[in-house]
Amino acid sequence: MSGSSAGVDPGDAAAIRFSNVHKWYGSFHVLRNINLTVERGERIVVCGPSGSGKSTLIRCINRLEEHQRGSIVVDGVELTDNIKRIDEVRREVGMVFQSFNLFPHLTILENCTLAPVWVRKMPKRDAEELATKLLARVKILDQAHKYPGQLSGGQQQRAAIARALCMTPKIMLFDEPTSSLDPEMVKEVLDTVTALAQEGMTMIVVTHEMGFARQVADRVVFMDIGEIVEVNAPIPFFDHPQHERTKLFLSQILR
Amino acid sequence: MDPASAKRWSWLNDERARGLICQILLLGCIGALACGAIYNAVINMRARGIPTGFGFWNDVAGFDINLHLISYSNLSTYGQAFWVGLLNTLLIAVISIPLATLLGFAIGVARLSPNWLLSRFALVYTSIMRNTPLLLLLLFWYNSVLKALPGPRQSISVGDVVFLNNRGLYLPMPVARESAPWFLGAVLLAAALAIAFRLWAQWRQDRTGTQAPTVLVAAALILGLPALVTAALGAPFVFDIARLSGFNLRGGLQVIPEMAALVFGLVTFTAAFIAEIVRAGVLAVPIGQSEAAGALGLHRGLSMKLVVIPQAMRLITPPLTSQYLNIVKNSSLAVFIGYPDLVQIFAGTVLNQTQAAVQVMAITMAVYLVISLAVAMALNLFNARYTLKGR
Amino acid sequence: MLSSGALAWARANLFSSIGSTFVTVGCVALAAYLLPQLVAWATTRANWSGTDGAVCRQHQDGACWAFVIAKWDYLRFGSYPLAERWRVDAVEAIGALLIVWLLWTNAPRRTWGALLFFVAYPILALVLLRGSSLLGLPIVDTLLWGGIFVSLLTAVVGIVFSLPLGVLLALGRRSSLPVVRAASVAFIEFVRGVPFITILFMANNLLPLFVPEAWAPDRLLRPLAGIIIFSAAYMAEEVRGGLQSLTRGQYEAAVALGLNYPRMMALVILPQALTLVIPGIVNNFIGLFMDTTLISVVGVTDFLEAMNNAIKDPVWAGPTIMVTGYVFAGIFYFVFCYGMARYSAHVERILAKGRK
Repeated sequence: MSGSSAGVDPGDAAAIRFSNVHKWYGSFHVLRNINLTVERGERIVVCGPSGSGKSTLIRCINRLEEHQRGSIVVDGVELTDNIKRIDEVRREVGMVFQSFNLFPHLTILENCTLAPVWVRKMPKRDAEELATKLLARVKILDQAHKYPGQLSGGQQQRAAIARALCMTPKIMLFDEPTSSLDPEMVKEVLDTVTALAQEGMTMIVVTHEMGFARQVADRVVFMDIGEIVEVNAPIPFFDHPQHERTKLFLSQILR
Repeated sequence: MDPASAKRWSWLNDERARGLICQILLLGCIGALACGAIYNAVINMRARGIPTGFGFWNDVAGFDINLHLISYSNLSTYGQAFWVGLLNTLLIAVISIPLATLLGFAIGVARLSPNWLLSRFALVYTSIMRNTPLLLLLLFWYNSVLKALPGPRQSISVGDVVFLNNRGLYLPMPVARESAPWFLGAVLLAAALAIAFRLWAQWRQDRTGTQAPTVLVAAALILGLPALVTAALGAPFVFDIARLSGFNLRGGLQVIPEMAALVFGLVTFTAAFIAEIVRAGVLAVPIGQSEAAGALGLHRGLSMKLVVIPQAMRLITPPLTSQYLNIVKNSSLAVFIGYPDLVQIFAGTVLNQTQAAVQVMAITMAVYLVISLAVAMALNLFNARYTLKGR
Repeated sequence: MLSSGALAWARANLFSSIGSTFVTVGCVALAAYLLPQLVAWATTRANWSGTDGAVCRQHQDGACWAFVIAKWDYLRFGSYPLAERWRVDAVEAIGALLIVWLLWTNAPRRTWGALLFFVAYPILALVLLRGSSLLGLPIVDTLLWGGIFVSLLTAVVGIVFSLPLGVLLALGRRSSLPVVRAASVAFIEFVRGVPFITILFMANNLLPLFVPEAWAPDRLLRPLAGIIIFSAAYMAEEVRGGLQSLTRGQYEAAVALGLNYPRMMALVILPQALTLVIPGIVNNFIGLFMDTTLISVVGVTDFLEAMNNAIKDPVWAGPTIMVTGYVFAGIFYFVFCYGMARYSAHVERILAKGRK
């Protein structure tokens, strides 16, 4: 990293640190006093009713949204208006969107090599080698030369995961990765994310898939109306929820 | 109806038979109308002494044209008048299309600007232009502005090099000197070197990943090489500047007021439509695309260049070419302000003099049709190659 | 930190960066320079009263609205005889009523309104405007018609008659019968590929040649025919867009119920498609209204031509007359067209909500 080192603390062991973070949309208080620390290698699942602010929470991590109060430190770098810092953070944080957001005018392979070539300045052949490896890992190597419009939803999302992984991020963010998929394709994507988790990738996953949460998460975070209500390891979270709101939510989704 | 005859007529209900009958009837109607029209036309034309052939093409025209790109005098033929008119129409198109594109893209970008004032100013411009008839704009610029300018002796001058009066706009005309070929050669060489550099930089980026500042190098070459030639061999061009001689300005490149008004009107009018097309195209690219690009670490410039603009251009190109065609068609409004374009000369003066309405209109419309169809075919090829592929 | 209110808005939208600040300052300076001048020219320094150009020649720093006021009747009616002008007013009033009835989305019995507008109204308008010895209305030659009412008349007639023709062309273009399809495509591409002026010339010069001597069409009818042909081609493309945007399911449901082609079209497809393209039709109308300025090239006096004639009146000669006239014409067209465009956007929003 070049430039001034203000705001960078390589000694900070935590991957992500939220301290007293607030955010408003106009007068709507969407994040209220968020305090959360994610250690390196931790797998966090964030759940909660719609409108609880969970998507906003993770979109603040790579500055797709701006927080107004408090501090967010990602990989030792504090997120402020400093564009250079923001770009540094985005290189190390990968994101997978609910609506995939693959680039329709490029092939799957080109989607994956775009950022490594232009941001990490990799030679094209090395980028393609890396992309091929990762596409094979998510099991869609045979689609590499097709265009996104020609793939099914599940294939597109796996391609999106591979694209994010090609930047060799330290942290992966998943914003409801299976919510736009037909039921029969949810499993193939969840299996991919589970495999990634088992390799020790630091990740935050916003999802409604509670089976996945039980299996993969180190901690589950429940959010409601912009606040973090409860945080716990999966077994105590699901079997002995402590707050009323958590109990209500779990009773509604686990039938 | 007894079963036997019902069966005989049942083929009438067959869809294919019905379709066939329908088409035969339609062809018959069209044929009858066409025959009737031609029959009446021939009778009427003979009765009024109107020529029915194309012989008028080689008759002497007998009128002057004040702007001709090829040699023309009042002893030239109607055929030659046609070519003069056609070239004048194409001249307007060739000048107006790039200018309208530049202005239109600039205003479109202004419309998209996060600066509220700039975007509102651009909105006011496009709203006014899109809700005013083009003819009114042309008449305004021609009658109220250009014709109201002072005479040659009191010309408005910009730096004593460009002059504006009611006879037209006078620009400096470049006259080539000995070093001109070297200068042009230097420009071409610079362009070729810039392209070569870009190809090499692309190859190097593929192999090693390092990027090169191709735009800067290209600019340096295209500005630098010709400058070196100028320094070594002297100025390649001398500018002939208009000078007052008697009651008129002589010399320089004279742009007649009709042409200035037509180009100015067409450019400002069409730019408003192009601006809206640009804006719609960019806004149609889903916000998720730039978010995904940002999430990958691409900064805003790269995100625009690699992700947003390629997708926006696919959406912008078809309506953009439609506007280009509109410029060609709208240039026919020249007839209202006296600019000698194809319609004004051929479908106007020539038609009035020869009375050969059918032939003249057929030729005129054929010209525009050929242009329209050629552009439509080019656009189809473009679409086939660049449409986003789906399942 | 300023997180709410006008200051925060200004910070985000006007001064978000150095470049943006420069732009804001530049825009404000430009507006501060131009706007007061323009407003003063049009209002405080303008001449509002007078019977000839003398006042305007004396005060040349403002608009000469007196000219527009004096010429207003001519601009509205052209040379239509004074005593008969009530007929023009009647036709305009009835037309406006019918149009409001048709376009008001919640109006009752709109099909009756449509029938009246598309069938009865044209006949009524023709009889009233032209005159009929049978009804004791003196005949007014089309040579005398001019001004705003001619512009409106040609635009409305254009839309009214080009809509059914456009629907036929659109259906023909989607037909599976090759001859029908080819004929429709040829017509549409031909008309859209040539300038409007050439269509007007063609109608004006060629129509009299293609029909027998005895049927020689009237001088207003010929450009009207050209307008109808021109508008029909563009209308066809709008309707085609509407037909295409209906999902296949609509066609399949209608066919599954046993409806044949004409019934399916009339009862299921066209009502939906036409409602979808109402905004497009209104846009076509706006464009057509602006295109009617071109009919002066074949000798019909529309509003713009009437203004041109009025400007040439020697009684009102003066340097500000022409500018005033053109500015007024511009304002007139802008108000009319912009108003219709806003209405069309409003209808589009209502339809979009209904479709969700």
